[in-house]
Amino acid sequence: MTYYNTYLYILVMAAVTYLIRVLPLTLIRREIKNTTIRSFLYYVPYVTLAVMTFPAILSATATIWPALAAFLLAIILAWRDGNLFKVAIGACLAAFILEFFISL
Amino acid sequence: MNKKSYFKGIRDGIPIALGYIAVAFTLGIAAKNAGLTALQSTVMSITNITSAGEFAALGLIASGATLLEMAATQLIINLRYCIMSCALSQRLDPKASFWHRLLIAFGITDEIFGLSICAEQNLTPFYIYGVMSIAIPGWALGTCLGTLSGNLLPAGLLRAMSIAIYGMFIAIIVPPCKKNRILAVLITVSMAASAGFTFLPGPARLSPGFRIIILTVVISGIAAVLFPIKENSGEENHDVL
Repeated sequence: MTYYNTYLYILVMAAVTYLIRVLPLTLIRREIKNTTIRSFLYYVPYVTLAVMTFPAILSATATIWPALAAFLLAIILAWRDGNLFKVAIGACLAAFILEFFISL
Repeated sequence: MNKKSYFKGIRDGIPIALGYIAVAFTLGIAAKNAGLTALQSTVMSITNITSAGEFAALGLIASGATLLEMAATQLIINLRYCIMSCALSQRLDPKASFWHRLLIAFGITDEIFGLSICAEQNLTPFYIYGVMSIAIPGWALGTCLGTLSGNLLPAGLLRAMSIAIYGMFIAIIVPPCKKNRILAVLITVSMAASAGFTFLPGPARLSPGFRIIILTVVISGIAAVLFPIKENSGEENHDVL
């Protein structure tokens, strides 16, 4: 088994990851005219953020309940106000306080 | 104008930084267990900024994997950034130069992408720089502290802080649903599908990276065919976004 220098590993992973990130952004300079592709790219953020949020959020706290409460609270806050910072901090506080009481 | 966008980016990026400190802190602990020094883990975090990719890398480094294995693993885990980069290419100010694009690309993470793509009418590079300049130090600081002293921050606090990123995601995707019911359905379906794939038994349970890519491509693809955005109302739809 060969052990490479750790920095060599880091260099390889950084290079691969950067290439993935940089190629589309620099190669696609024009507005895409195709309606289906445009629509696809329009929907991408919503789908990908939804997939990343749920159910991953449920395993963020020690038991499922504080996270579930934070999830529901975040949806209500986002629907009513929508302020990014308030929603994020509100969800954190709810999870923290609930987890504290459950652990008592 | 550039300055205003930059500072707005910093402000909006605060929840990302909070979540990053928490997640990177646990990454730092894992890095220490994998035998990395604080300098090594911090360099890794600054140059990669990818939680799933870095966690996977630690396992590979600890087991003495080949460089090819490392490259292939990163490619698979981080392929979703490619789709995000495509989406960003259509939202970014078309006047943004090649050099700006090189710099922005460095900061395409799930969170910075999510925030940027929904942020402004005409997305300027400076807004993204603002987000990057608070989020990346948070990521690096968390990694460094976690590697140096894994019990500096109590676990309960870390868990609560890690909720910030999910809260931010929800604050991004929920408000547009008020005007566009298709999005509400789409988000519900996405979450249900994601839960389904997460809790499926055995081989159907995909790795998180693959689950995100496959579900994003399939669900966005179906939505694009069923509910195409009309060319004329392009501006209007960006308002909603």
